[in-house]
Amino acid sequence: MNGADAILRSLEAEGVDVAFGLPGGAILPLYDALARGTTVRHVLARHEQGAGHMAEGYARASGRAGVAFATSGPGATNLVTPIADAWMDSTPLVCITGQVRSHLIGSDAFQECDITGITIPIVKHSWLVQDVEELPHVIKAAFHVARTGRCGPVLVDVPRDIQEAELDFSYPDAVSLPGWKPPRRGHERQILAAAQAIAAAERPILYVGGGVLNAEATAELRALAERGRLPVVTTLMAKGAFPETHELHAGWPGMHGPKWSNWALNKADLIVAVGSRFDDRVTGKVSAFAPGATVVHLDIDAAEISKIRRADIPVVGPLKSVLAEIGRFLEPVPARTEPWLRQIAEWRDQFPLRYRRDGEMLKPQLVLETLQELTSGRDDVVWTTGVGQHQMWAMQYLLCDRPRTFITSGGLGTMGYGVPAAIGAKAARPDATVVCVDGDGCFQMTQQELATSVLENLPIVVVIVNNGFLGMVRQWQDMFFEERFSQIRLTHSTPDYAALARAYGAEGFTVESEDDLEGALAEALACGRPAVVDARVDPREHCFPMIPAGAAALDVVEFEDTQTEVNV
Amino acid sequence: MKHTLSVLVENKPGVLMRIASLFARRGFNIDSLAVGPTERHDVSRITIRVNCETSPLEQIEKQMHKLVNVLRVAELVPGESIERELVLMKVSAPPAKRAELMALGEVFGARVVDLGPDSIVFELTGPPEDVDSFEELVRPHGLQELVRTGRIGLGRAHRPNRNRPRQHVLA
Repeated sequence: MNGADAILRSLEAEGVDVAFGLPGGAILPLYDALARGTTVRHVLARHEQGAGHMAEGYARASGRAGVAFATSGPGATNLVTPIADAWMDSTPLVCITGQVRSHLIGSDAFQECDITGITIPIVKHSWLVQDVEELPHVIKAAFHVARTGRCGPVLVDVPRDIQEAELDFSYPDAVSLPGWKPPRRGHERQILAAAQAIAAAERPILYVGGGVLNAEATAELRALAERGRLPVVTTLMAKGAFPETHELHAGWPGMHGPKWSNWALNKADLIVAVGSRFDDRVTGKVSAFAPGATVVHLDIDAAEISKIRRADIPVVGPLKSVLAEIGRFLEPVPARTEPWLRQIAEWRDQFPLRYRRDGEMLKPQLVLETLQELTSGRDDVVWTTGVGQHQMWAMQYLLCDRPRTFITSGGLGTMGYGVPAAIGAKAARPDATVVCVDGDGCFQMTQQELATSVLENLPIVVVIVNNGFLGMVRQWQDMFFEERFSQIRLTHSTPDYAALARAYGAEGFTVESEDDLEGALAEALACGRPAVVDARVDPREHCFPMIPAGAAALDVVEFEDTQTEVNV
Repeated sequence: MKHTLSVLVENKPGVLMRIASLFARRGFNIDSLAVGPTERHDVSRITIRVNCETSPLEQIEKQMHKLVNVLRVAELVPGESIERELVLMKVSAPPAKRAELMALGEVFGARVVDLGPDSIVFELTGPPEDVDSFEELVRPHGLQELVRTGRIGLGRAHRPNRNRPRQHVLA
């Protein structure tokens, strides 16, 4: 067989059931091999960025590595944004790119670019395959590196002549990577110290990040929280890692988290960071973050320890076993944290999320509240989002009780992530209703993938929280640039999103009033076809609460009943 | 503060670029960098001299350790390691000045490796501080060209295990 066949046989051996991509010159042999037969389903995207985000959505929904194919040159550079996104959010992603023939590398050949060079800062590792005999080993190593230790993206660049060269194929059982040694277990003494710190704390809190989802450690997390009666805040990346309707769930910390959640985290005397990384969107001003707290930091990645906030008790290891072992050292259900839990509950009642319904224009928050009501109690809904105000409202109003049901671009903040990620999630969870909550700005960055949704029979529901503006930019210009609005006006009606949806063969709905909202959403959720709901909302709404960038987390700006006028 | 890191890497294409990229991204200036073979044909050693505080140094050591081709990262601790550097320098040396320069070279153990009508080429191998001193003394005579290899080093013979990787302390 040739190298291209060897790639597919390797993917099959890795249990890959679906790959996302778009063909081109330098990857033609691989697409020819696809045509000759494979058990890998290929989903044809309309843009390589879409393919990359689909693979990410697939990975986050399934827990398996996502796979994306692209050709050399522009195909490969179009994957750069998804690779950077996967790097920031620790999403396991295996990208396979075509490269010009080996003898042309370095000659500025047609569609040549040094994609392994370009992506060095944003991959865990990459390979430029120089010998066809290496291919099975490289693919094996690529999946191994993507999925072990802290998850993340890898890239395999395969020159066209290597894809065409013949080899005797056999898939290796093991990888040989002498420099790759992710920690296998936490240090016992450190685990004991962590448990003792938890047992001694008056106001402990678990600050949970996306690492818990990658570690498949949600059951161990819940067991630990319940055993120690520990409140839990989940970051944007960790939504669903702990049931959000659970009495111990203390909301979401960070820039647009509720005031009570930020208070709970910042007034704790012990923060147990679990697969979280003290991102600036969570801490605000680092020197003012949780000033009185001792920090226990549990992470698979030693480089996260004391990177931002000094860890008093670090434990480096796989969270699944680390959490379980800490739990074993803890007294079950101590009464000691009850006053603290009551305090948090008081803050929750004191500082609820608020917005004003004035009966004139549809409020964006109401769109999210209605989506939550329509899906409450269902265990078959997976959400994706774009980036911006709608994403933050989605974080605030959608309650996720199950892991891998909220898929969003956190670290990189990639507008346009939502639609393709939803398609990838649907490929991973065909049984689920996959809903992309998007902004009108985000939607227009990757809307072409509606064609993929329709033609590949991967139906998704897109709910556009359409305020006619780049809303988050508008909010910042309003709050921090003296209302000098600059280059943010998209309009509510260009394009006509429902008509656009219909042009792609999807269902289209336009909602302009509260009266039409629930009916349209319910119909879109139930139709079983790709659908777009254009919910035209009040552009004046800001997303509150808000910790201004660089401010202390305790200095949350809350909703006030004053709003600026805007020419809609 | 200056630190010397000794990094063992797999001898694979692109390794140096991956490491250099890490330093660049964190805004660290590399004072000197030397790459060469080791006792194993499949392993190279990169010796990096860097100027930074302890906590960013730990961060970069840990980040380097995450690179798939990096086998071992250790700091060469002063006093517990031997560091050397080689310099070649071309110095103006009209006949009247030659004797004085050659005497200076002798003090430092520098060898004259080439001699022209108006210049001398010295070679000196030694602790980097000696190389600095020799350079300073020669400079007033007219230093025409100079090249230094960048420092290389090893742990001392009687304390072979002291230059251990640091980040595993956390694990």
